[in-house]
Amino acid sequence: MRKIRRWGPGLLLVSPSILLVAVFVYGLIGWNIKVSLSDWRQAEETSGFDTSAYKELFPSGVGETGEYVSGVATGEQSDTLSTDPAWIIDLHHALLFTVAFVLGALIIGASLAFLLDKGVKGEGMFRAIYLFPMAVSFIAAGVVWRWLMNPAPGDRATGFNLLFDKLGLGFLRNDWYLGQDWGAAALALPAMWALSGYIMALYLAGFRGVPEELREAARMDGASEWRVYRHVVFPHLRPVTLSALIILGHISIKVFDLIVAIGGKQLITQTPAVYMWILIYDARDYAKGAAIATLLLVGISVLIVPYLIYTVRSERRV
Amino acid sequence: MTTVALDRTSRRRRRRRVSSRVLKYAALAFAAVVVLLPVYVLLVASFKGAGEADPSRAWALPESWSLDAWREAWNGEQYGLLPFLKNSLKLVIPATLISTVIGSLNGFVLSRWRFPGADLVFLFLLFGLFIPYQAVMIPLTQIFIDVDFPEGIPRLAFAHIVYGIPITTLIFRSYYATIPEDLIEAARMDRAGMLRTYWSVVLPISAPAFVVTAIWQFTSIWNDFLFAVFIVTDPGQWPVTVALNNTTGSLVTPYNVQMAAALIASLPTLIVYILLGRYFMRGLMAGALKG
Repeated sequence: MRKIRRWGPGLLLVSPSILLVAVFVYGLIGWNIKVSLSDWRQAEETSGFDTSAYKELFPSGVGETGEYVSGVATGEQSDTLSTDPAWIIDLHHALLFTVAFVLGALIIGASLAFLLDKGVKGEGMFRAIYLFPMAVSFIAAGVVWRWLMNPAPGDRATGFNLLFDKLGLGFLRNDWYLGQDWGAAALALPAMWALSGYIMALYLAGFRGVPEELREAARMDGASEWRVYRHVVFPHLRPVTLSALIILGHISIKVFDLIVAIGGKQLITQTPAVYMWILIYDARDYAKGAAIATLLLVGISVLIVPYLIYTVRSERRV
Repeated sequence: MTTVALDRTSRRRRRRRVSSRVLKYAALAFAAVVVLLPVYVLLVASFKGAGEADPSRAWALPESWSLDAWREAWNGEQYGLLPFLKNSLKLVIPATLISTVIGSLNGFVLSRWRFPGADLVFLFLLFGLFIPYQAVMIPLTQIFIDVDFPEGIPRLAFAHIVYGIPITTLIFRSYYATIPEDLIEAARMDRAGMLRTYWSVVLPISAPAFVVTAIWQFTSIWNDFLFAVFIVTDPGQWPVTVALNNTTGSLVTPYNVQMAAALIASLPTLIVYILLGRYFMRGLMAGALKG
């Protein structure tokens, strides 16, 4: 009884938050899954059970095996719903964007931190400059970057293409985000611009977290400065790299504002999150929009849940 | 003989050190230039008059500096952002204050007035930090309609407060974990209750965490586009990001006005960043969990 008096008020104080999160995070996720498994595929709400939305989001081969496993007798003659071609394009874009963005931001951020680590005059100024894009919305950033990466040909060229021409680097001219094959990688440039500074800050804190005695001890043993980094400093940075990968990866999976600001609703720049928006707002295909949202959640959970558990466990150990 | 040789190697080594330092500064400066390039473009374009729209001169400074684009983007008849800036303020100020207070109370309980299972509750809340909000968006808009929640900005503010609970709780919990347990124990010895302890012991030393959290919430709510575009259907209630996207998404908007509009929409968060950058940075670090 005395114990309850001790911790009861605390639980009471937190309980509104628990309740709100239970309803609006977990509850709505459940509701969303229910919508994704419904036949609500037009403006008017309906709630019959239907898995067609998911079938359109998986390569048709998977859909067929799914039917086979569940033992549907009509599996053979069922007209297999073909995979949505826009979705396949989205997945390609998402993959290319993720690889370019995550690697780019990680490498740029870590390199900048490495350069700043050993004391640089004006470090504060450099840090402030690298980090400032974090304060700018993707929508505002998209306005400039769309102009910078304008692929208009010939005399109508603007942005980087024009700059390249003027600097005699005309061979670098390209179609940027409207490029057929590499467009999604060009879209990763503004995202790198926005987040490399953040990664730099993470790594810089990581570098500074390595005890100076450790570095000094290695130096006393006659290790060159590079070897000090390789064998003493870098191994200390693994948790930072893990955090950075998680942060960048989850931003990448749900990237939305930036794509809308630069490419609008065009298929050539479309990513899963943008498609979901189009499905809800223009096509009124709620089940399929919800199905995409569910897949985004699954993708992110695969990344996040082990990380969260790992973090809380290692926190407890300390 | 040997001294000469030594001298030469040390000179070579020094030269190498000097050149590597030059290289280092050159790389840092180049990165800074690249990061600031979009700002240059925004500024230069926004101060050009309507007559200077020739793209071939786009990188050049304006021939004559003009405020027309700024005026048009500020409160011009067609593209004026002013009403939407007001909407954003009406949204951001209450949402930031409320979610910061909630975060402080949660963070206090979950770190310094713990109950059995507090860590699990924290984990339960924390998951909400990482979910893609798309995964709740369809039911969320639906629930607002079902319960007849006041339309527009109140809905948006509610959403930001609820989905802000994980991050604000996280920042405060990490901060309060650094106050010495003795302080809390002393208050408990004095038979102070929870709220009294919070009010007289914890709150007075919470200012830095309040600043960090408020900046974080202010920036992310001001810059949000996803919630706004799904939740606010009435254009009169749009926050500035949606209005900006609407203005600049159309091909007919002159690009000097687009650039001025982008700058105007970014000014509040940029000013906060410039004035309180140190705290901004701390919020980012908290966002990285243990980073």
